[in-house]
Amino acid sequence: MSFARELDAWPPERITALLDRAGPAEAERALGQEEPGPADLAALLSPAARPLLERMARRASAITRQHFGRTVTLYAPLYVSNVCGADCAYCGFSTAAGKGLRRRTLGPDEIARECDALAARGFRHVLLVSGDAPGQVTCGYLAEAVRIARARFPSVSIEVQALDGEEYRRLAGAGIEGVTLYMETYDRGVYAGVHRGGRKADFEGRLEALERAGMAGVRRLNAGALLGLAPWRIDGFRLGLHVRWLQRACWRSAVAVSFPRLRHVPEGFAIPCPVGDADLVQIMLALRLFLPEAGFTLSTREPAALRDRLVPLGVTLLSAGSVTRPGGYADAEEKVLAQFEVEDRRSPEEVARAIRRAGYDPVFKDFDRAFDAEPEIPGRERCGSS
Amino acid sequence: MDDTVLRIAGREFRSRLLLGTGKFPSAVALRAAIAASGAEIVTVALRRVDLERPEEEGILSAIDPERQLILPNTSGARTADEAVRLARLAAAAGLPRWVKLELTPEPRYLLPDPIETLRATETLVCEGFTVLPYIQADPILAKRLEEAGAATVMPLGAPIGSNRGLRTRDMVRIIIEQARVPVVVDAGLGAPSHAAEAMELGADAVLVNTAISDAEDPAAMARAFALAVEAGRLARLSGTAPERDRGQASSPLTGFLGAPGSAS
Repeated sequence: MSFARELDAWPPERITALLDRAGPAEAERALGQEEPGPADLAALLSPAARPLLERMARRASAITRQHFGRTVTLYAPLYVSNVCGADCAYCGFSTAAGKGLRRRTLGPDEIARECDALAARGFRHVLLVSGDAPGQVTCGYLAEAVRIARARFPSVSIEVQALDGEEYRRLAGAGIEGVTLYMETYDRGVYAGVHRGGRKADFEGRLEALERAGMAGVRRLNAGALLGLAPWRIDGFRLGLHVRWLQRACWRSAVAVSFPRLRHVPEGFAIPCPVGDADLVQIMLALRLFLPEAGFTLSTREPAALRDRLVPLGVTLLSAGSVTRPGGYADAEEKVLAQFEVEDRRSPEEVARAIRRAGYDPVFKDFDRAFDAEPEIPGRERCGSS
Repeated sequence: MDDTVLRIAGREFRSRLLLGTGKFPSAVALRAAIAASGAEIVTVALRRVDLERPEEEGILSAIDPERQLILPNTSGARTADEAVRLARLAAAAGLPRWVKLELTPEPRYLLPDPIETLRATETLVCEGFTVLPYIQADPILAKRLEEAGAATVMPLGAPIGSNRGLRTRDMVRIIIEQARVPVVVDAGLGAPSHAAEAMELGADAVLVNTAISDAEDPAAMARAFALAVEAGRLARLSGTAPERDRGQASSPLTGFLGAPGSAS
């Protein structure tokens, strides 16, 4: 059985019925559950839970501290390419959005320069990001990029197009820690409407990509829905089910969730289902109660003031000082197309200070070079038959 | 009351409370908790330590190597190979040649893999490491690790961070009864009473992290755990009276008859 079939068992009508059925009593009961089920998740996402946000927040904060401690790990995205054939209606990399600005794919020396610039800012976790460009950003290109980054960072993850199992196995062997891949929306109709070209139009291929990565040995899988494309309660519910599914199917992988919210979109595209701050908070809290052990990732799409308030609600991974165009760390001036407008423009040190003020420890290193598929470390002592 | 020191691999410790360092809000809070706990063994996740570029406010900065033994741990490792590599890297960087093996292939409950743990223990003992393996409360595994040369065994009370207490009590009791190396109950102890219970049961020491780091006042909670460990140890040495299902008068009702068989 695949997650696609599980997803088909949850059509919008079935989820909407659960949401509608949830009243104050159901929301209250869901909040008290030690192991909430799908009906509880719906109750926590429902309008009936809105008056309980403060209590949900307290519980979510306590659960997160228990599992992750008072720590938040910082990472930076490194855009290796802004070439993209997917042409997603909402994206800064889409054909319509990119007119007049350069598109480029970094070469090995440029990747090394970007890595050096990030390492000098204190980062030890880096996320390599590209558009959907299988022609330029091949598996071989990525393996080389990972090799360059691994020489400078203990933890290297990727956020690129959906790959096949063999490609994920090769990159796991090259030492990636994680794969981030957002489903964008779990609604097949909405998905088809906004993904107009490239391999990304293949809904099922994308839906099952994280499972392929987990089966290939990738240690951290980061799922997410692009909030704003479809009704958030329904996508949030299905995102929760997807993560639960991944936790069971890929039991060796840690599964994390991101909450990217559509804020700035290309001209001519209106956000179909806008998500307010309270909505964002509710989806985060509901999913924290449903998924106590999942890491929560928050990017610089959200403004500084809001990010500072969201940290204690369950965030465990935070990007900082992000630049969303290729080459932007080493060369701040070059006119190259960026994927999205960064709202939190603070430096990594400023973000770290804000985390400390909130009573948490900003962690730059939470992974080690020893955790990879390389068989040997030279110069070690050997004995016995091991 | 005559108590002997805790002896692990020939080294003596007065404190029977070991401290984990993973979840504290700052190096300052950690330093205060270490001081209040009196711990002489403090375990540090190698994945958090930047051996190439030590951070000024990193975990290691909170530990005084003159007073506390730094016990590197392999938290995050999924296989014996990874744990062995980590231990070697730490030793090469000058950390003590001691290692707390944590081999947890699944990230949700962080339960230890017995097979990989035994493999890693065999390799590292052979390379001269002092090995303290974190294990499920499995008495046979504990004996196998002891035979492989582990310096202690560290059975879990409940999953890491769960604060559920000594859920594995019956198996830990068997481990203690059979052990010829110190038994350190690790993981799941959520309150000082849980630590006291483990010590009353005969554990040689306990290791605590979340229950202290997540307390409103970590330093005060560290002190509370230290007192509980001492109380539990003292109770163990005092010979805890057996449980009964009914009350028993503390002044005998037939005392006036004199001792049975006496001349009066």
